[in-house]
Amino acid sequence: MVEVKLENLKKYFDNGRVKAVNDLNLTIRDGEFLVLLGPSGCGKTTTLRMISGLEEPTGGKIWFGDRDVTYLPPKDRNISMVFQSYAVWPHMKVYDNIAFPLKVKKYPENEIRERVKWAAELLQIGELLDRYPAQLSGGQRQRVAVARAIVVEPEVLLMDEPLSNLDAKLRVTMRAEIKKLQTKLKVTTVYVTHDQVEAMTMGDRIAVMNKGHLLQVGPPTEVYLKPNSIFVATFIGAPEMNMMEVSVKETEAGIALEGEGFMLPLPSDLGELLRNHINKTVILGIRPEHMTIEGVSTLEHVKRAAKIEGVVDFIEALGTDTIVHTMIGGKIVKIKLPGHIPIPIGEKVKIIVDLDNIHVFDRDTEKAII
Amino acid sequence: MAKKVSKYVPYLLVAPALIYLGIFIGYPMIEGIKLVFYENGGFSLATVHRAINNYYFWPALRNTLSLVVIIVPTQLILALIFALAMNKVFKGRNIALTLLIIPMTLSDIAAGLIWYSILSPSGFMNKLLINLGLIHTPIQLFGYQFHTREFIMLVFVELWRSTVTIFVIVLAGLQMISQEYIEAAEVFGAGYWTRLRRIIIPLLKPSIQTALLLRTIYAFSIFGIVWVLVGRDIPVLAGEAYYQVTQIKDYGVGAFYALLIAIMSLTIGIIYLRLTKAEYLEVRR
Amino acid sequence: MNEKTMYELRKIGFYTFIFIIVVWMGIPLIVSTLYAFGLPDEYYNPHRIIPFHFTLKTVKMLLFTLGGWDALKNSVIVATLAIIISFILGLPAGYSIARFIFPGKDTIKLGMLALKIFPVPIMAVPLVMLYIRLHLIDTRLGVALAHSAGALPLVVLITASIFAGTSAELEEAGMVFGLTRFQSFLKITLPLALPGLAAAAMFTFVGSWNEVFAASVLTFSHRTLPALMLTLMQTAPDYYKFAAAFIMAFPAMIYVAVARKYLISMWGIALK
Ligand SMILES: Nc1ncnc2c1ncn2[C@@H]1O[C@H](COP(=O)(O)OP(=O)(O)O)[C@@H](O)[C@H]1O
Ligand SMILES: [Mg+2]
Repeated sequence: MVEVKLENLKKYFDNGRVKAVNDLNLTIRDGEFLVLLGPSGCGKTTTLRMISGLEEPTGGKIWFGDRDVTYLPPKDRNISMVFQSYAVWPHMKVYDNIAFPLKVKKYPENEIRERVKWAAELLQIGELLDRYPAQLSGGQRQRVAVARAIVVEPEVLLMDEPLSNLDAKLRVTMRAEIKKLQTKLKVTTVYVTHDQVEAMTMGDRIAVMNKGHLLQVGPPTEVYLKPNSIFVATFIGAPEMNMMEVSVKETEAGIALEGEGFMLPLPSDLGELLRNHINKTVILGIRPEHMTIEGVSTLEHVKRAAKIEGVVDFIEALGTDTIVHTMIGGKIVKIKLPGHIPIPIGEKVKIIVDLDNIHVFDRDTEKAII
Repeated sequence: MAKKVSKYVPYLLVAPALIYLGIFIGYPMIEGIKLVFYENGGFSLATVHRAINNYYFWPALRNTLSLVVIIVPTQLILALIFALAMNKVFKGRNIALTLLIIPMTLSDIAAGLIWYSILSPSGFMNKLLINLGLIHTPIQLFGYQFHTREFIMLVFVELWRSTVTIFVIVLAGLQMISQEYIEAAEVFGAGYWTRLRRIIIPLLKPSIQTALLLRTIYAFSIFGIVWVLVGRDIPVLAGEAYYQVTQIKDYGVGAFYALLIAIMSLTIGIIYLRLTKAEYLEVRR
Repeated sequence: MNEKTMYELRKIGFYTFIFIIVVWMGIPLIVSTLYAFGLPDEYYNPHRIIPFHFTLKTVKMLLFTLGGWDALKNSVIVATLAIIISFILGLPAGYSIARFIFPGKDTIKLGMLALKIFPVPIMAVPLVMLYIRLHLIDTRLGVALAHSAGALPLVVLITASIFAGTSAELEEAGMVFGLTRFQSFLKITLPLALPGLAAAAMFTFVGSWNEVFAASVLTFSHRTLPALMLTLMQTAPDYYKFAAAFIMAFPAMIYVAVARKYLISMWGIALK
């Protein structure tokens, strides 16, 4: 296994007209499961392809441990990859598909047989070895692709949205299976996805990308609780974090945030962080799950809270949760409450905000202040 | 009432085409068999004897088969190389591609005459070589005493003209192979040759099969190019059929040669289909 | 450094190969065109590799005195007739195969596939007897009929795959809004299928335009261009051969230059 280091990695297409990846700096630790997360077109696949050697970088360096692999062809890198469309070769039986990497690397025949058997059993496709890919379901083909990728025990395992072509139910099972497999094999893994739930549940760390730039890297909870920018804050979490324009005011009671139709007084430690922004407009972000409605539900572990008033506008009942849309000064703010909550529409309510989980962003740089 | 009519609609739509093909392919077959085996109101092998004992028959059969055996495999290899090269992105690709496919819309008569301007005794090649001082007298390629040279020339010109058929089929097949299949092989450690041998060519198998089948069958009826370049110096089956019908007016012998070509084509078609099934295509569904 | 040299060498090798292809394909086309307009004297002059002086005389002679122009017209007429006939018969059949499920359909498809690779022109030999009886011998219609029989299986197969690719649902939507199946076909399916049908038509045209065996056997005075040249060129002086090559190759070259993009994908698929 090996540590992968990307240094100022760049990739431009069409003579620099498309900047797919910009100055990417990222270290993937030995044995780590790193998820590369971002919306479609943000440069995830391009980054992965550069790590694999299928794409030559426009600039920057790629290190596998202390080996500079930047311009090495894929075959000299000891990597494996699971492709988005699986790329399971249709003219080879499952056995031959899985055995291919071993045959190319000239393993002895009996070891090939053993390893294919090992990989196939690990992925529970032992009975399918004699079939052609056309005879398999999507999920089975996906397993073949994974088996093929792990059979040589690569130093680095790359996966490009491997679950995006599966149906929702299968995706959930495969998520857990791939994660368990990786933990067992301890192979350094880069996993690309645009699905934030996948990223949260699978990654040891998440690297969030947008428009070719790396925005934030950290463990899932950190990226969730301490997003460093508006993009990361809204991209992670569902329903999306509520965003409101507010201005920073100095009152007798300390620093407060004034929004349309509400005033949110801040504890002094938070308020001090905003001292440079007094009388300026900033963006306030609160996750739906960090609010509740007085008399309906309580928030656990809340140390400091504030109340604002709103009117119930719409109810989304999801069974396990209820999303209450409330109108606060002409803007919709969503609140996520556990269980089934029957509140009449049009009712005036008091909304409790967990002040230790609010976020404030600079309106111009979109970076987090709190 | 309306329901009842619609049951026959599919057949009514197909029927004209089928009847037409019956008239223009089925009927001549029967007519041909009659011409060959039927004489003076009864079964007769006289025509067959006449056809087989014709001085030109065995050479024609031999030449036709030799041309097929030499030309088709050679052009398969050429076409594969061309297609692999043209599947890349490079400067000048469009010009190269356009030139390569021009023969596709060129008749074999035209191709033969075009090459005559290069190869004739006063043609481009001879004049060029003489003026470069490489030779002193023109290289003679035409005339029945230069039988071997004529044969090689035919192979050469036919390669120039008809390789494009395979090329186009293989290139179209190549363009339909998902790039990910090839990249996957690359990632798992395969070099260029391994990718070619283990991934690209197997995936091209259906294209290669059809291309080979088509070319082989076309090559059995090789005629125009032979006729304009070397005439009957190198007799071929279709040429003899033409000669018998237009010059000798022996329709029976002409029909025999034509039927022979048809039968050889059908046989090859069946053999090809039997031998070269791509297994993974068969199991689909 | 070493890697880089290898890379450069490979690149040079590749371009050399492409250059050879270009020369191999291009030189004969250029030389024969120049020779077609070169003065006969210069052709026989051993020191004039490429003619310096040009004349239209040979090409004109071939076209207007030796019947080339009429043959060219015949070729166009025959090829056009072949398209019309094979489309009138092939379109409904292809449509039927694409849209309906009926007993015997697979057999018909298989038959078409088999006939596609059958050397139909060679059947012209026994066809002569029938043509004499039907007074079709030495007529353009006669040649067109034979050519369309050759093209028909392909037209059926191509149109079937084109119609299979245009959604039946769209057509049924038309029927829901009160069109008959035929109106629906004319208004909805046909326009969608047009590019593919155009390709099939071009394919038929080129096939007929270049076919020489049947055209030679079935006619003696109403020759198509290749059939005429086949007989003329056996006795013609060399420089007429170049003029003939030009007259036949010129339309083909223009055609390829115009329709190149189309040709590779469509031809590749059509031939399959
Ligand atoms: N071969 C290419 N040529 C030109 N542009 C490309 C190419 N590959 C990717 N791009 C562009 O680079 C950007 C990033 O693409 P990609 O890495 O595939 O995104 P993702 O995988 O995150 O969806 C996109 O804008 C895409 O259009
Ligand atoms: Mg992608």
